[in-house]
Amino acid sequence: MTAPEQTPGDPADAAMVDRLYRGMLLIRRFEERVYRLFLEGEIPGTLHQYHGQEAVATGVCDVLRLDDWITSTHRPHGHALAKGVSARAAMAELDGKRTGCCAGKGGSMHLGDPAVGMLPAIAIVGGGNTVVTGLGLAMKLRKSDQVAACFFGEGATNEGAFHEGLNFAAVEQLPIVLICENNLYGASTPFHRVSLVPDVAERAKAYGVPSQIVDGMDVLAVRAATADAVASARAGAGPTLIECKTYRFTGHSRSDARDYRTDEEEAEWAARDPLLVLGARLDQAASELFEASVKAELDDAVEFARSSPWPEPAEALEGVYA
Amino acid sequence: MPETVIETRRLTIAEALREAIAEEMRRDENVFLLGEDVGVEGGFGGAFGVYLGLVEEFGHERIIDTPISEKAIAGAAVGAAVLGMRPVADMQYSDFLFECMDELVNQAAKLRYMSGGKLSVPMVMRAPVGATLRGAQHGQCPESYFVHVPGLKVVAPSDAYHAKGILKSAIRDDNPVLVFEHKLLYGSKGREAAGGYDLTAEVPTDDYTVPIGKAIIKRPGTDATVVATHVSLYRALAAADQLASEDIECEVIDPLTLNPLDEQTIFGSVQKTGRLAIVHEDTLTGGWGAEVAARVADDCLAYLEAPIKRIATRDVPAPAAPVLEQAIVPQVETIVATVKEMLG
Ligand SMILES: Cc1ncc(C[n+]2csc(CCOP(=O)(O)OP(=O)(O)O)c2C)c(N)n1
Repeated sequence: MTAPEQTPGDPADAAMVDRLYRGMLLIRRFEERVYRLFLEGEIPGTLHQYHGQEAVATGVCDVLRLDDWITSTHRPHGHALAKGVSARAAMAELDGKRTGCCAGKGGSMHLGDPAVGMLPAIAIVGGGNTVVTGLGLAMKLRKSDQVAACFFGEGATNEGAFHEGLNFAAVEQLPIVLICENNLYGASTPFHRVSLVPDVAERAKAYGVPSQIVDGMDVLAVRAATADAVASARAGAGPTLIECKTYRFTGHSRSDARDYRTDEEEAEWAARDPLLVLGARLDQAASELFEASVKAELDDAVEFARSSPWPEPAEALEGVYA
Repeated sequence: MPETVIETRRLTIAEALREAIAEEMRRDENVFLLGEDVGVEGGFGGAFGVYLGLVEEFGHERIIDTPISEKAIAGAAVGAAVLGMRPVADMQYSDFLFECMDELVNQAAKLRYMSGGKLSVPMVMRAPVGATLRGAQHGQCPESYFVHVPGLKVVAPSDAYHAKGILKSAIRDDNPVLVFEHKLLYGSKGREAAGGYDLTAEVPTDDYTVPIGKAIIKRPGTDATVVATHVSLYRALAAADQLASEDIECEVIDPLTLNPLDEQTIFGSVQKTGRLAIVHEDTLTGGWGAEVAARVADDCLAYLEAPIKRIATRDVPAPAAPVLEQAIVPQVETIVATVKEMLG
């Protein structure tokens, strides 16, 4: 889903609210569907799901153009849908079908498609934080006005890659936006146990990179902050880091019982569900319409994935080298 | 001589590894564990539950939950080992070892030599391998990268008895030892992948160790030698069962240690059978099977009655789709067909 040209700080008009709401709803319902299909055995492997964090991918990608790029993580379903991978191509990829966005070779952790400006997601924590500098460097050297956005969790900021990438982006003033999704936990580990600095935004300052903290459950706040950062990057003013405070509503991966979190904490964040926050601006009829159109889109995607062919075994050997 | 009764019980590999670490931590206060998500209350006890319960006994001081910082995990293990601690470091998936290649290859492996023998680095790095439908960055078998490095020892246990015994040896060893285990073999879930073999084993309750550098003959035979590890080992055993019904007797060897290699056991077997196949889930080119093949060719050429065969994962990254993963990883049928081919 890529927005029509928006200028930074555009007030949230009705069309934008509709677009963002539907974008988030698509991710939420996609993830719910995927979870069921996984339990039913249709989707193999494992899943790292995005429920709860929809405002981040949706708000960020709404500002990006089709020819801007993103890097993603082991938790890429939301990023992929928001950047424009179709529900069909994403679902087929999760099923391991040839019609998937990576021809069945990537799977859940590597969703992506160069056609919509998304590198196959990188499942190595922090992996995107260095690669994104190369995307930015190419854009800068070619004097294009594209930007590259890098999604990563707060856990990734303890990898050396985060620090190397950030510093390099800073000294080269690369057209990059760093989007930290701080959902408080890296797998089972709470961030306060592995960082004495509670805010990732603080870390950016050490490298001379402007940063800000936004409510990651409020898609309009995420969008507004991203719009400023993207405008600045396009204008050649270098990288910005945006820390989105958010929460994953599910376990880390499919086998996680979440015993390291409290029910109270989960309830607190559930009350801040990004769909509820933005939904307050919609009337009942509008949200029902979106539910219906999202359902139709996902019914179609599931059917498409199901009826798509498996790759031929011999295809496993193709595509290693250019 | 009084008869000694060895008391045993059946354990999974995960349980056996957990016992090995707990017993070594009780025995030697220098032993400690560090890694991601290893001891968080309500957490996973490591990516595959191997460490469940350890933090309750040993506390957070010796069961250290690290940041997601593989370089720091490996580097800290090196530094602590130099001062005489015996760290057991954990990688959630062996694919992440590439994050700390420098600490392992440039530091751990070389410090003893560089110091003119004055230092030693008694550390252990545990890392799960294997393709399990998780795609290219969570499905590798990177043992061979480390087999190549002088100064590192590499072990690859495939059953609970040997896993426990060799992990204890690794912890007591004065050198850096990488311990590779296969994700499908930790519990009972991988039974199907392992050709239906029971993945639990009888494990003694008393202290014992299994030596590093000694292979195990899993099944004696006279017609062909098959050397294999992990899931491929069980597939080789299943293949041997099938071949036996056609009167072909394979000698199946679990090398257990990939460096230093137990040449004596492998050479002895090849001298008896005259045929050798090596099976591993690592990719073919430059895989450890090539090293075994080269050494056997060097030493036992006169005994060979057929070319040495390597059965390995095809030279591609691990694909996510089940049909594709299945197509690249060594299967029982390929092993059967290859042995038959060797027998002409
Ligand atoms: C280099 C590396 N180390 C460890 C892992 C295993 N792992 C996968 S996700 C994860 C937690 C990541 O936390 P965070 O970056 O905060 O992202 P989140 O899962 O919260 O989206 C870990 C430890 C990995 N994939 N890559």
